[in-house]
Formats: sequence, C-alpha cells, structure tokens
Amino acid sequence: MADDTQAFSIRVNDYNLWYGDFQALHHVTVDIKPGIVTSLIGPSGCGKTTLLRSLNRINERYGNVKTTGEIKILGKNILDEDVSPATLRKNVGMVFQRPNPLPISIYENVVFGLRSHATRKELKKSTLDSMVEEALTEVGLWHAVKDNLKRRATGLTLEQQQKLCIARLLPLKPQIILMDEPCSALDAAGIERIEELIAELKARFTIVIVTHNMAQAKRASDECIYMYLGEIVEHSPTAELFVNPKEEKTAMYIQGRYG
Amino acid sequence: MEAASNPFKPSAVEKRKTRVESIVKWLMFGMAILLIIPVFGILFHLFHKAAPVLSWDYIWESPTNRGKEGGIWLPLIGTFYLVLVSLVIVAPVGILAGIYINEYAPNNWFTRVINMAVTSLAGVPSIVHALFGVGAFVLTLNMGACLLSAACTIAVMTIPVIVTATREALAAVPMAFREACWNMGASKWQTIRTIVLPNSISGILTGVILEISRAAGETAPILFTGAAASVAVRMNSLGDKLMPYELDDRFMALSYHLHVVAEKIHGMPEEMKYGTAAVLIALILLINSFSITLRIFLRSRKKW
Repeated sequence: MADDTQAFSIRVNDYNLWYGDFQALHHVTVDIKPGIVTSLIGPSGCGKTTLLRSLNRINERYGNVKTTGEIKILGKNILDEDVSPATLRKNVGMVFQRPNPLPISIYENVVFGLRSHATRKELKKSTLDSMVEEALTEVGLWHAVKDNLKRRATGLTLEQQQKLCIARLLPLKPQIILMDEPCSALDAAGIERIEELIAELKARFTIVIVTHNMAQAKRASDECIYMYLGEIVEHSPTAELFVNPKEEKTAMYIQGRYG
Repeated sequence: MEAASNPFKPSAVEKRKTRVESIVKWLMFGMAILLIIPVFGILFHLFHKAAPVLSWDYIWESPTNRGKEGGIWLPLIGTFYLVLVSLVIVAPVGILAGIYINEYAPNNWFTRVINMAVTSLAGVPSIVHALFGVGAFVLTLNMGACLLSAACTIAVMTIPVIVTATREALAAVPMAFREACWNMGASKWQTIRTIVLPNSISGILTGVILEISRAAGETAPILFTGAAASVAVRMNSLGDKLMPYELDDRFMALSYHLHVVAEKIHGMPEEMKYGTAAVLIALILLINSFSITLRIFLRSRKKW
C-alpha cells in the first residue's frame, strides 16, 4: 500500500458522478503519477473538467451532485466523511481557464490562502513577506511587480494574472495542482511562458491539466488521458498516445475526425 | 460623361424602413421627455407655493396653533428618526436574509417558499401593512402606538425590496471570484466577508436607503402605529430639540403632518400646507442624493 502511495498521487477507482439525473462520469478508474504532467483531453462535454473538479471536491459547490466510488489522494479516500474539503483544497489547488485574481492587491492575492487557513495571530508579517517574494519569484513575476505589490491584481496583464493565480497556490504548499485550460485566454508568447513554468513546477508537484489544444497536450504533458462521453478511453504516455493510439476512438479524435 | 449610377440606391422598402425608424425613435424620445415634466412640474409648483414660509426659522421652529403657525421641526425630526430606527431594524434582517438566499440557499422547496414570500410581501398594499402593524406590534406585542411600532411596520413593509436589492448586488459579483476563493479552501463566509461583500456593499446600501426613504414618505404605515397630529414634548434645551422622542413615544412625521394640515384643519393657510410638502420632498431628495454620493464613494473604492 505504501508503494502505491509513492507511485501514484491520485488513484480514482470506479468513480461515477451525476448532475441531477444526468450521469457525467461513468466508472472512471485511473491512476495519476507525481512528478509529471498528466493532460486530460477529449471533445467538449466529455467530462474532463468534471473529473478535474472532482479531485478537490469543488464540484460540490455547484449544486446537485451525487457520486459513488473512491478517489484516493496521498492514500486517503477524499470522499470519506472525515475529510475536510477546505484542507483538501489547500493540498489540491486549481488554476482556471480565465485568470481570476481576486480584486485585492497582488500581495493579498498571494497570502489569501494562508489567511483563510490560519488565525491572524499565527501569521507574522515577515513570514508573509518572504512567502510572497518566494512565490512570485518562483513564477517569474517578482521583478515585474515587486515595487507594486499594493496595486490591484486585476490591473495586471492576462499572462501576469495567470502567473499570479499559480503563485497564490504555492504558499499553501500543495501536493497537486489542477489546471483547467490554463492557457486558453493567453496569446502565443503567454502560452509559451506558462508552459515553461508548468515544466519547471512539475518535478515538485503532481500536475493535471485539462486542455482542448492537442498540440499543447503533446508539448506540455508526459502522460495523456483521452476521455469520451464521461468514460476514460485511453491513458498512455503522451508520445505513445499521439503516435500509436491503442483505441480506435482515440485515433479518430487525434486525427481531427471529430471533437 | 453622365454621373455614375448608384448601385446602393435605397429601394422603396428601404425608404419606408428609414421613415418608420425615425417616427418610432421620435415617439419614444417624446415619451422619455414626458417623464421629466411631472418631476419639474411638481417641484416648481410646490416650492413656488411654499416660498412665502420657507426659511431656516420654518425648519427650526415647531408647529403651533395646530400647524397654522410656527415651523416644521417636530415632524421633520420625527420622520428622520423614523428612517433611522427602521434602518437599524431592517438592514441586518434584510441584508443577512439576502446573503443567505443568494449565497447559501440550496435550490429546494424551502428556498422557493422564501422567494415566494418575498415576492408576495412586496405586493401587499401599504395600508394592509399598517393594519398588520397595529395587530402585531401595537396590540399583540403590546408596544402601543409609538415610534418603535411605526418603525417595525416600515421595516416589514420594506424588507422584500431590501432582500431583492441585496440579492441583485451580490449576484453582480462575478462567480470567478468565489471559485478562486473556494479553490484555496476558503469557507463561504470567508469568501463573502473578504471578497463578495466589499464588492457589493455599495449596491446593497443604496438599495436599503432608497427604499426606506421611499417608505418614510408614506402615511399609511404610520397612520395607526405611532404618528400623532401633535405631541407634548419638552423643548427646553438643544438636546431636547435634537432628540425629542423616545422609542415608546408617539411622534410627529412629515407625511402624517401633511395629511393633517391639508385635510383636517379649517382655515389652514395654503403656504403652510405647501411648506410641509416641500420640506418632505426636500428631505427625501436629500436622502436620495446622500445615498447616491455614498454609492459613488464606495464604487470608487471598489476593487475591480
């Protein structure tokens, strides 16, 4: 069992999900490894975002959701009664399609997560300051914003906003970072730099990224999961999946025959 | 060489479309202009007729000889306190209920019952609210006809609009902000306190103040619940003058005072009636412009 926890940071086993009467995920079983980037691809409505949102249980906030099966993260089934969603989300962060910095200062954006998980007394200004510097340096934003930390985060360029959205997860020391089409609002240069950043981060985190863009899946991910109509069709190393898909459906999708 | 023929000449249909377009536009413009005529008409008429009595003394003195002489101070300060006390009662209830409905309530039958109650309550005529106020506050809770009973009645009457205004202001805050907070493990309340409320408070406060000032201009809800044609209060010091009423006192209010001087008393000088109306309108305009200023101020501090 200990071996499994080391080999896989996320283990989804026979997971089903319903929105009301509509079943969006069917018997999903998949293991995701730490230290690499795993991409989720598939046509719109195939359940890739739903699966991503299940991994930090944020789905529950969107109303009428029912699930069965299990999702083990760091060896613990996160659907168990004794799991605190807030603590789970601290460990499993998410980056969104449209950069969504909070309408407060850059500094406050980075420390927002810490503030929501600690009492005011526990957070020393000096600790916060160094965490802000560390996180922003890590995403390559420190030099651009270090003199403007009190400025509103919503005034940054989209690329900077998206980097900030990644930076604000880091002080929480997450194990897993989920990304829902993190580049789709950016221009070509922005995409390149975010992908470089993902590549730098992947050694220390488990990164799962949903993307519509097959070229991006090819460039930025090590393993690739192809989903169709709420089921996992194929999960292979990216190079293999694109060159030599095992399933007919995968082949049709990556050739652009549908989706 | 003859002029080049125009390939984009309007056809008969196009000409007709253009004609109809301009008729429709001017018709609608006319209707929009009609809107401002009553506003300026009322204001001009009122202040013109009231001009002989309007002065600082008129505002600062209290009515004597059943309103035929003196000023308007006691009703004015009465309406002011009515607004204030109603605000203190209704703001927490309305705003917190609005937050619950918009941010927490699951989509089930219970929420639908609450929504239906809010909508129905908004449709109840003010005189029915007044009777409810008498039954509930004056008689059943045995509070008697007083400032507090009247304020409670106004509170019940205004709560649906305040709940609705709160919900609309909250709904205008983009969902993406909430998602960002939740995904860092913030609770709903942390999200509301740090992000949602600071970005919606301008809309909420404006809605609350506007609605209460509207209700305070009404006569019906205070008619049986606390308003008086005249009151005996001490007026010895400045303190007495600024705070003439206790919560359990009957009080004078501009709307009811206007009702009395305009209808009930023979030989009332006309300018005294118009003076009362002018002060009532001025007070409401003042409260409205205060709330608009507040909104502009809070918006300028808004963070996106």
